[in-house]
Amino acid sequence: MAKYLILIHGDEQPWENPSPADLDAMMAAHNAFSAKHGSAIVGGEALQSTKTATSIRADGTITDGPFAEIKEALGGYYLIQAADLDEAIAIAKDCPMPDGGVEVRPVMEFE
Amino acid sequence: MLAATVRVTRDLDLAEECVQDAYANALSAWPTTGIPDRAGAWLTTAARNRALDLLRRDQTARRHLPLLLDDPALPGPESTLDTPDIPDDRLRLIFTCCHPGLAVEAQIALTLRLLCGLTTAEVARAFLVSEPTMAARITRAKKKIANARIPYRVPSSADLPARVEAVLSVVHLLYTTGHTAPSGTDLIRTDLVQRSLDLSRMLRELLPREPGVAALLALILLTDARSGARTDGQGRMVLLGDQDRSLWDRQAISEGTQLVREALSRRPPSKYALMAAIAAVHSEASSWAATDWAELVGLYDLLMATWTSPVVALNRAVAVGFAHGALAGLHALDELSTEPQLARYSYLAVARAEFLERLGRIVEARLAFTEALMLTENAVERSFLEGRLAALPD
Repeated sequence: MAKYLILIHGDEQPWENPSPADLDAMMAAHNAFSAKHGSAIVGGEALQSTKTATSIRADGTITDGPFAEIKEALGGYYLIQAADLDEAIAIAKDCPMPDGGVEVRPVMEFE
Repeated sequence: MLAATVRVTRDLDLAEECVQDAYANALSAWPTTGIPDRAGAWLTTAARNRALDLLRRDQTARRHLPLLLDDPALPGPESTLDTPDIPDDRLRLIFTCCHPGLAVEAQIALTLRLLCGLTTAEVARAFLVSEPTMAARITRAKKKIANARIPYRVPSSADLPARVEAVLSVVHLLYTTGHTAPSGTDLIRTDLVQRSLDLSRMLRELLPREPGVAALLALILLTDARSGARTDGQGRMVLLGDQDRSLWDRQAISEGTQLVREALSRRPPSKYALMAAIAAVHSEASSWAATDWAELVGLYDLLMATWTSPVVALNRAVAVGFAHGALAGLHALDELSTEPQLARYSYLAVARAEFLERLGRIVEARLAFTEALMLTENAVERSFLEGRLAALPD
C-alpha cells in the first residue's frame, strides 16, 4: 500500500458566505465519502480560505496571502492509502469537488 | 467459495482462476490421498492460498516494475508469440504505457519504445524532437509509473472503456505517423505501420467485443491496403485519384470491410468507425470518377459531429469539392483559412491549389502550390509538389 494525498481545489468565492443548506449538503457529501472509503482514509481536513493564509519565503520575508496566487485554491485534503494509482483515482473520483477538481499526489516514501 | 476468494483478491477474474486451480489440484491429488472429510473447506483454503500466493507475486512484480521497464532484454512481441499467457502480458504493458495519468506524448513514446522496440533515437525522430529531449520524456514517464504506482495490469471492466480509448488513440497515432512520415526521404515508415497493425490485431484478439478495436483495425487495414499504389516505381507520390487500383490489397480490403460493418452496427459509431467507413467508400469505388462523393460528404458530416478536428473539416471540404464542384470546394476551404491549427498544414494549400487549377485560376494555383512546398518537410511530397508546379500551364 502507498499513501496518496487528495488535494481539493476549487473556487473559494461561493464559500465565503455559504447558505446553511449549502454547508449541510457539503458536510453530507463529505460524510458519505468518509463512510464509503473510511478504511482507506488516513486523515483529512478542510482549510480556512486563502484570505487567512500567511506565506513565509525562504529569505524570511513574511507576507499576507497564499504562496501562489491561483484561481482554484486549495480548500482541503484527504490522506488516503491505496494499492496503486488506479485505486487512488477511484477513491478520489468519489471525493466531493463542488467546482474545480481534485489532484492526486503520491506521498514520497523514504527508505 | 468464489466469494471467499474474491475477498482475498478483490478481483473476480483472479479469484475464478484460483478456484479453478484449486479444483485442478484436487482432481490430481484426491485419487491418491483420498477425498478429505470437509472437501468444500479444503477447496476454499486451497483457492485462498493460491490467491495469496498470486497477490504476493503481484506485489513483487510491482516492486520490480521500474526494473522491468528498464530491462533492455524485455521480450519483444515476436519472441513471445508462442507462449499462451504472453498476450495478456503484452496487453498489460500497453495499458500501463497508455495510462491516462501519463501525458499523451509520453504514452505514444513509451508504446513505441517498449512495445514496438524502437530506440529512443528513433522515437525522437518520429516526434521531431532531439534525442535528449525524448530520453528525458521517457525517463519522466517511467518515474511516474514507479512513483505514482501506475499498476501493471489490464484495467478492470469498469475502467476499460475509458482506457481503451487511450490505447486506440496511441495505436492510431502510431499508424498516422507511419502512413506519411513527418520528414525524411521515404513517404511511408513501413515499420511503424506494421507495428500499429500488429498491435490492433493483438487488441482485436484480446478484446473481440470492443467496437472501437474493430473500427481501428478496419481503418488501418483499409488505408494500408492502398500503400502499394501510393508511390510509383521511382518512389514518387501518386494521388488517390491517379492510383492503379489493381495494386490495392483486396484481401485487406475485404477483411477491413467486414470489420467496418461490425463497427458501424454500434450506435453512435466511433470516430474510427466513421473514418474506416470513409476509407471503405474509396476502396469500393472502381475509379476516382465512380467514387460516391455525396456519401463521403455525409460521412464527414457525421465525423465532424463526433470529432471536431480542423483536419476532418479540411477533408470534408475536399469531398464537397468533388461532390458539388471545384467552386463549392474552394468556398468550403476558404472557411477554414482562419483556422490556426491549419496555418502551417500543407494539405490546406495543396487542396486550394487543386481546386484553383481546376477552375483555371492558374496564377492563384501557382501561389498555393508554392505555399504548400514551403510547408512540407517530406522529400517525396516536395518532389510531387514541384512536379505539379512545373506542369501548370503558363
